[in-house]
Amino acid sequence: MTDDKVIIVKNLVKKFGSFVANDNLNFEVAAGEIFGFLGANGAGKTTALRILSGLSKPTSGEVSVAGFNAYKETELIKKNIGYMCQKFSLYEDLTVKENIILYGGIYGMPGALIRQRLGELLTGLKFRGYENRIIADLPLGLRQKLAFSVALLHEPRIVFLDEPTGGVDPITRRQFWEMIYEASARGITVFVTTHYMDEAEYCDRISIMNEGRIVALDTPGNLKKQYNASSVEEVFIKIARPAQWSSAT
Amino acid sequence: MNIPVIEASGINKSFGDTKALKDISFSVSKSEIFGFIGPDGAGKTTLFRIITTLLLPDSGTMSVLGLDSRKDFRKLRRNIGYMPGRFSLYQDLSVEENLDFYATVFGTTIEENYDLIAEIYSHIEPFKKRLAGQLSGGMKQKLALSCALIHKPDLLVLDEPTTGVDAVSRSEFWDMLGKLREHNITIIVSTPYMDEAMRCDRVALIQNGSILAVDTPGKIKEGFTKKLYTVRSSQKYHLITSLRRYPDTATAYAFGDSVHVTFKNDMSSLNLAEYLRKEGLDDVRIDTADAGIEDRFLELMNKEND
Repeated sequence: MTDDKVIIVKNLVKKFGSFVANDNLNFEVAAGEIFGFLGANGAGKTTALRILSGLSKPTSGEVSVAGFNAYKETELIKKNIGYMCQKFSLYEDLTVKENIILYGGIYGMPGALIRQRLGELLTGLKFRGYENRIIADLPLGLRQKLAFSVALLHEPRIVFLDEPTGGVDPITRRQFWEMIYEASARGITVFVTTHYMDEAEYCDRISIMNEGRIVALDTPGNLKKQYNASSVEEVFIKIARPAQWSSAT
Repeated sequence: MNIPVIEASGINKSFGDTKALKDISFSVSKSEIFGFIGPDGAGKTTLFRIITTLLLPDSGTMSVLGLDSRKDFRKLRRNIGYMPGRFSLYQDLSVEENLDFYATVFGTTIEENYDLIAEIYSHIEPFKKRLAGQLSGGMKQKLALSCALIHKPDLLVLDEPTTGVDAVSRSEFWDMLGKLREHNITIIVSTPYMDEAMRCDRVALIQNGSILAVDTPGKIKEGFTKKLYTVRSSQKYHLITSLRRYPDTATAYAFGDSVHVTFKNDMSSLNLAEYLRKEGLDDVRIDTADAGIEDRFLELMNKEND
């Protein structure tokens, strides 16, 4: 079963000077799993996320992402992950087509493959007719769906999503979660960070961080049972004390 | 005594070809917590800017605190506390300097109205020398609320105060709003998050510049009259696509760990388990459920699109 795990984190510690941002984290995420990574502001999520995406190295512990070592193979990690955040993912003054081509180039995909994916996206997502529109002119829902598709352009093993459905209307939101389910059914691991506990309800498993440690890790259903709560939000409020000061933005 | 704090009638506002607000009418009573619930781009901020006299509507009338928002804007501004969606504080001033600045602008002092903000400000007062730019999200939010309250306004206007703030701070924030009501302050608040509707006395559901419904959260939920089922399976994507293909399905929407389903007729649920088994889903659980605000919002959006 070990090769089924696309993220393996053992005894991960990350220190900044004397400050311990990640204090002995342990968790594994399976292929195709939708994993929610939660915590109050300043709990250490961003620090862990930067390590998992190859942007920062652990102080100690063992971390493997898509089969690559988080100390030595950060460039290979970056090639095998996708990333989408709500605030910025696409270049607003480029067209739909230009964004897809640009990201294909950044991911180092061959031209023929980029053209093939471009064709698939423009039919599959009903972006036809929009291909020469600049991103700034797209409705928000369409923009977010495109951003997700672009994050998957190079067929990564893992995609990281930061508050993926914040602020969109309820119908678009469902369409978006269906895209996430579809990616998960294809075996892509979806790693979601969010402040919104109703987004967490959609995840297969969630972990909750507090002051640098993981204080809960289970399915939303099991956590609700364990804490006698009707929602993940209630669970979160019961166990996550927000850090008073955040070094993160 | 029952003069509404806000009385909006037939408000329209366009920016170029974009109709941001279409024929908006509503009224807000004294000491109410009134929520505008809707996604980004629905028109919430435009509406709040009209209420706070920062924008003029193209047509329609807006009476706030018994004053005309067009003619009496100077007087009105003194009695409104406004917390815009974007961080409204001076990042390079300290916590205390920000608060003092807002008090001075409104011709008052921190001491004069301290009792009103005491409960909120006490959370951040130990850090009053810290620059506002270095505060955590929850702390910034508490400071911004203190600043919006320091001149003891009759009406508090909060544009997405809880966006980007963690769940614990969000819950505390709503508790604070509940307490402010005891000071006879009327509060209007916007949020894209449906679950926050339950913390309001009344809500308006807003989408594409139109109000879909205005009522108490309970009454809004009651507006959903169809029988609602939740269907669960570990194979989420397979489940939802199978439900869509089922001929008697009216709607099927993902809701957390389940799919919320309505049928074209009441008997359809009986054959559903069998159908899903044939589709290869052998761990299906079907239950009936009570509709929430979001179910009703989806239903109203579909009516709108028909």
